[in-house]
Amino acid sequence: MRPLTLSRLLVHCAILGAILFAVVVVALKLGAVPVSLYGLVRDLIRVALGQASQLSSEHQLIVFNIRLPRIFLSIFVGASLSVAGASFQALLRNPLADPYVLGISSGASVGAILALIIEPHLALAPAVAALFTPVGAFLGAALTVTAVYFLGRREGQIDSSTLLLAGIISASFLSAIIQFFMATLSGGNYHGMAYWMMGELSTPQQPIVSWILRVGFFIAAGAIYTTAADLNLLLAGEKEAMHLGVDIRRVRIVVYIAASLLTGLAVSVSGAIGYVGLLVPHVMRILFGSDHRILLPTAAFGGAIALVIADTLARTVVSPSELPVGAVTAVAGAPLFLYLLRRRLA
Amino acid sequence: MSSSARIPASGALRAVAESFPNTDVRLSVEQVSYAYSANPTQAPLFTLEATSFQARPGEIVAIVGPNACGKSTLLKLIAGALAPLSGRVLLNGFVTHALPPRERGQRIAMVQQESPLLFPSRAWEFVLQGRHPYSRKLRFESHDDVLIARNALAQVGAEHLSDRWMDQISGGEKQRVILARALTQQPLLLLLDVGAQVDLLETLRKLAAANRYTVVVVTHELNLAGQYADQVALFQKGKCLRVGPPSAVFQRELLEQVFQTPLTVELTSSGRPRVIVPSAK
Repeated sequence: MRPLTLSRLLVHCAILGAILFAVVVVALKLGAVPVSLYGLVRDLIRVALGQASQLSSEHQLIVFNIRLPRIFLSIFVGASLSVAGASFQALLRNPLADPYVLGISSGASVGAILALIIEPHLALAPAVAALFTPVGAFLGAALTVTAVYFLGRREGQIDSSTLLLAGIISASFLSAIIQFFMATLSGGNYHGMAYWMMGELSTPQQPIVSWILRVGFFIAAGAIYTTAADLNLLLAGEKEAMHLGVDIRRVRIVVYIAASLLTGLAVSVSGAIGYVGLLVPHVMRILFGSDHRILLPTAAFGGAIALVIADTLARTVVSPSELPVGAVTAVAGAPLFLYLLRRRLA
Repeated sequence: MSSSARIPASGALRAVAESFPNTDVRLSVEQVSYAYSANPTQAPLFTLEATSFQARPGEIVAIVGPNACGKSTLLKLIAGALAPLSGRVLLNGFVTHALPPRERGQRIAMVQQESPLLFPSRAWEFVLQGRHPYSRKLRFESHDDVLIARNALAQVGAEHLSDRWMDQISGGEKQRVILARALTQQPLLLLLDVGAQVDLLETLRKLAAANRYTVVVVTHELNLAGQYADQVALFQKGKCLRVGPPSAVFQRELLEQVFQTPLTVELTSSGRPRVIVPSAK
């Protein structure tokens, strides 16, 4: 018997944090303009010491104004998608659940696009306008997950394969709507609509949007973490969890709203990036077990690490051109999805 | 294991004291009825007619009857998982259905056919989950919780399964682990809806005596009920025909009518009734 302790949780998180830091340093170094490791470390130390003014202007621009914000974006998008995936897997009792597979990301994209279309007509203050897209994406995600949940039920019970089919069909239907918007609105200023179809992180975001993403991530992931012990019991089924004192209705509402929020936030800045929410929680379960009190934080770190790596690959492998990061995650994730599906059917 | 140290119910829950002239009674099922219907405007598909019985600490009550007679429904009503159509179920004076989930989890443990786990976990992890109704949010299991879980595994004779994966042990072993998890809840009332076997009932008999649990078990093994139960409730088509000690309930004419088969009832040397179905031999 080796129950989970706070110190074990912190040690694992510290290790993953160190790995994330190393990955970030490498990601800062790699790119179309070469930056020496020595120069990078020197600059990082200068920034840490508050001597940012001594940086060479070229490094300042490339490393700190272009690469670093993009890496921060990858960290929070990856962590959000991964935590949302782990939560949906427990709540829908389906190991293949993930915001992308279930069409929730596509729903969030439609919501975000609608928000972008409506927003210029409302003459909002800039701060409110910045919130408009994430809120639209959240509503799109929440509506889609509700629809998929009810479509995926059979005789009052969630049926795994029905749920997956409902999700995949919803995703394809919603993609058609996105295609429609892309075709009819191409003249407008909807910065590269292809973005919504296959996620990418190259669009620079306003600082306020980045802040909304970070604060929103901590609030939503924190809310899900308060239900971590309840999610463990839900793995054995709702009936059993109820007899062990889990308030199922409360857990369901908290996790649905928070996981939809995470999906909406991620999609509103990066479009629909697939498979991070599916793949990362499974890897973390193999490494650290399926106790959500350790799974959720490690999945957040793992998602961040995975997406920083994927985005670095996306911007370097076909340099000076770029791949959408969603293509990179799909190349890695789709075979794993098929492997998990086959193993389940076997 | 002490079952006396328990967190008191919150002030919002008023004990229904006047209905307890006999303070020795722990579980009181009072005129409880229920109806299932697909659609509220239609006639119910199944009804459970008003049922009453009482049980004291340390007593085993067996609910027996043919399939689809309402046994499991009654157990869910006792557990507070379903709201009765009329009547009420009181546990130490509290209406079980009105208890908040956490308070209910500290008082009532249910052992039932488990759905398969979504992701594998070890037996000890599974047993520790029985401490959930006592845990506070974001807190990890304490040393006491681990001791209670170990003790529970020992009480059901499953210590050796502690480090095994739940999906790699046999059905009978799994049932013991599930029972151990129920014991870590330190319940007043232990409810079982599983295929009852001799060794399980023997374990229950010992546990009920040692920990003063009130046990309600659903079974269709008449002879196990006759041998181990203090009270038997006989059901047929949603109607409780008789409640009482096994010797009072196991009457030949009554059982023949319920089970639609000729049989004989004899008394064993210990004074327990035994049902013999000639055609089965």
